[in-house]
Amino acid sequence: MYTLSSKLKLTAIIFMIVGAIGLIYGFIAAPETVEDVKEMMASEHHGEEHAGVESSEINVEQLPGEGISEEHAEETHAAAEGGHGEEAAHDNEHYEHVLHQLQNKPWSALYVAAFFFFMISLGVLAFYAIQYAAQAGWSPVLFRVMEAITAYLLPGGIIVFVLLMLSGFHVNHLFIWMDPEVVAHDEIIQAKTAYLNVPFFLIRAAIYLGGWILFRHLLRKNSLKMDDATDNTYFKKNFKLAAGFLVFFIVTESMMSWDWIMSLDPHWFSTLFGWFVFASLFVSGITTIAIISIYLKSRGYLEFVNDSHIHDLAKFMFGISIFWTYLWFSQFMLIWYSNIPEEVVYFITRMEDYPVLFWGMLVTNFIFPVLLLMNSDYKRVNWFVIMTGIIILAGHYLNVFVLVMPATVGESWFIGVSEISAVLLFGGFFLFVVFNALTKAPLLVKGNPFIKESKHYHY
Amino acid sequence: MASKVLHAIYRDDDLLLQAVKQIREARYHIGEIYCPFPVHGLDKAMGLAPTRLAITSFLYGLVGLAVAIAMMNFIMIEDWPQDIGGKPSFSFFQNMPAFVPIMFELTVFFAAHLMVITFYMRSKLWPFKKAENPDVRTTDDVFLMEVDAANHNVEDLTDFLYKTGASEIKLIE
Repeated sequence: MYTLSSKLKLTAIIFMIVGAIGLIYGFIAAPETVEDVKEMMASEHHGEEHAGVESSEINVEQLPGEGISEEHAEETHAAAEGGHGEEAAHDNEHYEHVLHQLQNKPWSALYVAAFFFFMISLGVLAFYAIQYAAQAGWSPVLFRVMEAITAYLLPGGIIVFVLLMLSGFHVNHLFIWMDPEVVAHDEIIQAKTAYLNVPFFLIRAAIYLGGWILFRHLLRKNSLKMDDATDNTYFKKNFKLAAGFLVFFIVTESMMSWDWIMSLDPHWFSTLFGWFVFASLFVSGITTIAIISIYLKSRGYLEFVNDSHIHDLAKFMFGISIFWTYLWFSQFMLIWYSNIPEEVVYFITRMEDYPVLFWGMLVTNFIFPVLLLMNSDYKRVNWFVIMTGIIILAGHYLNVFVLVMPATVGESWFIGVSEISAVLLFGGFFLFVVFNALTKAPLLVKGNPFIKESKHYHY
Repeated sequence: MASKVLHAIYRDDDLLLQAVKQIREARYHIGEIYCPFPVHGLDKAMGLAPTRLAITSFLYGLVGLAVAIAMMNFIMIEDWPQDIGGKPSFSFFQNMPAFVPIMFELTVFFAAHLMVITFYMRSKLWPFKKAENPDVRTTDDVFLMEVDAANHNVEDLTDFLYKTGASEIKLIE
């Protein structure tokens, strides 16, 4: 049995408190009126307002091809200088735009962090189900670690659902299609209201979350019963459950990614988006399993986990990182290549407003894992796997950040107090829930027909 | 060249692995082992050095990547930067996404083929090469171990090999 060390508990609680304080500060610091925004911008970059107006206008309407945008910028510039009244109107519109972005900022930070930690536990559940359905012989020694990580699915899912409800009740403006005023003037969104409407959106979210949590609950229950079982009934039950879950998961995960992430940009769509989000959550989940297993092993709790198990996890981290990159590139390259204006704005805004994150993600999520984990010997060096794992997790946080932020805060993004606090808050909560769940059951499953093979697993 | 070798034949791979361990403990020198199929762990038991084929493959991959980049940079950007369907051929990086599929394929192509050729060269395999099989049965169902007998008493060594489970022993001069 694992006992939660008071040090770890304290760390988790400190993370949560510091994160909560930082987030409250983030919400207080967000401006409330247009005047606040004007004041903030005047003190932050004096005399740059005019340039700001120009660039934001370019961003909204910019089409690919630099010549066009420059002409357009000159036009607007000329128009703005022509009539002062028009300029003032533009100005106010601009400040209102920035106001919405800045008000969205702490909410988006909260949403990104909540989704990131939730997707880790969802990715682990998918991995766990695959291990059962594939009857993997190497992984049963890690099942209790995986089960503990999926324990976050229930509280994390409730948090995500509450955030979605708050959006649905117009407490924030993360999803513009939830704003009736926006929809009234937007024919593209009007055509999508059959799918994108708040009640149906929340019902769908409830179905996904309810299904995943139910499957997790049943799998865990059978796994605990298997410990005292004398035959393979519960293993067979879990095998069938896992196969059923995977079918349910692949449909709901895809729809979840349309609902919770792609609908932030309701004018844009991409067909492989569900897979792309899946790759991200899958690799984060596997990385988390590796990090927590190595940590527990270093504390002497998993003496039956050997370097070959870590080697296998590292191989998965390596392979799925490449898979993520494959999907990222497939999505990017197809849109870049055909350059259809209605699709390409999605990447134009990201490349112009988030250049470091957008390209940096490729370094953290692809170049680092590929170079660091290619060597077979390095996959057995535990601290090496941990370091690479931290880079991968940070990279996939940035991935979610770049998926969400451009739609909600646009060019007003910054990784500051609210963003870091939100990660601390949910990181602390995640640690607390996961390590608390680890104390609930012995760390080695019994009664699994593959456990002996898994203990002697050697690669 | 060792003038005298013993050819010991084993009928089972477990027996062979056991024998390899015993023979190495007794400090006899094993020249070569002929098996009909890969015996898991035989290289470790014999104390063979790990292969460096994967490292060569990585380096060949880098060569392939460099070839792809140099080729397309020269053709598409430097030599004749034509406007083809509005693709930005002003610099390599502006047009890079279009080159990635070829960069990837050439990396894999070089890594795979050059590694295979390296394998053939290092293991001296080519068409019309004369087979070096000491006993035709080793391609079907027996394992043959070649033990150096030059500085040992052949009688003692033969006895020892029989004890390790060899079913036939032949002295080759």
